[in-house]
Amino acid sequence: MLKTEVLDIEKVRADFPILSRTVHGKRLVYLDNSNTTHKPRAVIDALVDYYSRYNSNVHRAVYLLAEEATESYEGARRKVAGFVGAAAKELVFVRGTTEATNLVRFAWGETNVKKGDLLVSTLMEHHSNIVPWQLLAKSKGATLKFVGLRPDGTLDMESFESLLKESPKLVAVTHCSNVLGTINDVAKICAKASAAGATTLVDGAQAVPHMPVDIKSFRPDFYAFSGHKMLGPTGIGALLARKELLEEMEPFQGGGEMIREVFLDHSTWNDVPYKFEAGTVNIADAIGLGAAVDYLTSLSMDKVREHEVRLLDYALQALAEVKGFHQYGPLDLKKRAGVVSFNFADVHPHDLATVLDEEGIAIRSGHHCAQPLMRWLDVTATSRASFHVYNSYDDVDALKAGLKKAGGIFKV
Amino acid sequence: MSSADIYRELILDYYRNPRNFGKLEKFDIDARDTNPLCGDEVEIQIRVGGGQRIEDIKFVGKGCAISQASASMLTELAKGKKLDWVKEVTKEDIFKMLGNPDLGPSRVKCALLGMKVLKTGVYGYLGAHYEDSDGSGDTV
Repeated sequence: MLKTEVLDIEKVRADFPILSRTVHGKRLVYLDNSNTTHKPRAVIDALVDYYSRYNSNVHRAVYLLAEEATESYEGARRKVAGFVGAAAKELVFVRGTTEATNLVRFAWGETNVKKGDLLVSTLMEHHSNIVPWQLLAKSKGATLKFVGLRPDGTLDMESFESLLKESPKLVAVTHCSNVLGTINDVAKICAKASAAGATTLVDGAQAVPHMPVDIKSFRPDFYAFSGHKMLGPTGIGALLARKELLEEMEPFQGGGEMIREVFLDHSTWNDVPYKFEAGTVNIADAIGLGAAVDYLTSLSMDKVREHEVRLLDYALQALAEVKGFHQYGPLDLKKRAGVVSFNFADVHPHDLATVLDEEGIAIRSGHHCAQPLMRWLDVTATSRASFHVYNSYDDVDALKAGLKKAGGIFKV
Repeated sequence: MSSADIYRELILDYYRNPRNFGKLEKFDIDARDTNPLCGDEVEIQIRVGGGQRIEDIKFVGKGCAISQASASMLTELAKGKKLDWVKEVTKEDIFKMLGNPDLGPSRVKCALLGMKVLKTGVYGYLGAHYEDSDGSGDTV
């Protein structure tokens, strides 16, 4: 197996049970990691361990099982927050990035956004960082404007700065594009937006799984990411915010756990972050995400990033040799995560994905929940290969061979 | 499922050289729909002639080979037929028209998008509502 020589790829691959299965009789070549990643044995074991050894509700009962569950759940909170340079009290467990942006829309937006206010997002956002702001703008009579892009797929900072002159209430930007792989200069963006008086929200869903992230270094007001894209379970993610900001905000959902005292005519709220975790929380998956963080930390995020940069470099060169291949996104590898979105002659991405599936190769095809970006690229859809720790040069070679096969079938 | 089987000459030919592609100057029926999974789009226009016949029919669209070829072939089949014929068309007819490719569940929607648009338009014209009951909306 051709290795990037950054990670011990055979050892890593052996940690992921799913990689031993076949697809249509072929080795599974999984290149849809921006969509969701596979789970190492350690994460699966953490879920099984919780349900089979100390299943119980957290923060309530006083027996041993409940104490163990509470300690594991809060331990996961400390680990996940620490992974991105935050304190445990600054982390609200949510279902994923989408729930995080919607939480901000309601708990922050309802009281802070007024008629005539400006909200700013960008053309490269996932729908989860556009639609909540459209809904907020509509309900409040606010305006939503978008930072444009430069031809290389990076943010147009002139367009950003001219929007800042209109004093936006919110600047919501992705740390890393799920389509182009563009890594945005969030330190610069947050500094300028904060100086202009805006509240900042950074979507870290495509950054945290792939590179070291220390939110102390760029101080966003809100930072969000999803567990399932970083080797963790589905249904769990994190919203990080400064403690004082969380304290000022209204609750998101009302119910159990989030309250301090309930009377018939009013209630008072639990301390942060519990104020935002109404109802029985997703205990098992939070613990599973903690295990994913341990696993990634054991590999080192610096190495994960370097591994993916080498795969990206190799892929961009190898795939460019295939007739009909056309890729999108910046070619400066320092500004790009391990994502290759592309089109292949006049073959529709779904047709290509069907041919590749037959070879055991899983790529994403479609609009990637980024329809405004698709319109900017002037395409209806793209194919996308995206890497994680268990991918090797062999996987890129398999994709290249799959493209050649598709080229034969479609007479490219 | 073999992709060489799905993307046989017939489908590729209609994808690259779609028949009845374009818009009508005068039309009585205009229906459009998308397949949210793939982003496939199909719009069909029909001019209705005497005896409730489909005097002319054209389509425009964007999307995968299966969705576009299927819509194009369906317009050829429909031209000159009575509107009531559209009510009788089934998904099996569409699969047969395409040469019975072995489509997986996620690609069936692509194949049936044209039929869904045609039926929606014709049912609407006839004052009825098309319920998508014959499975073009089902993935299983």
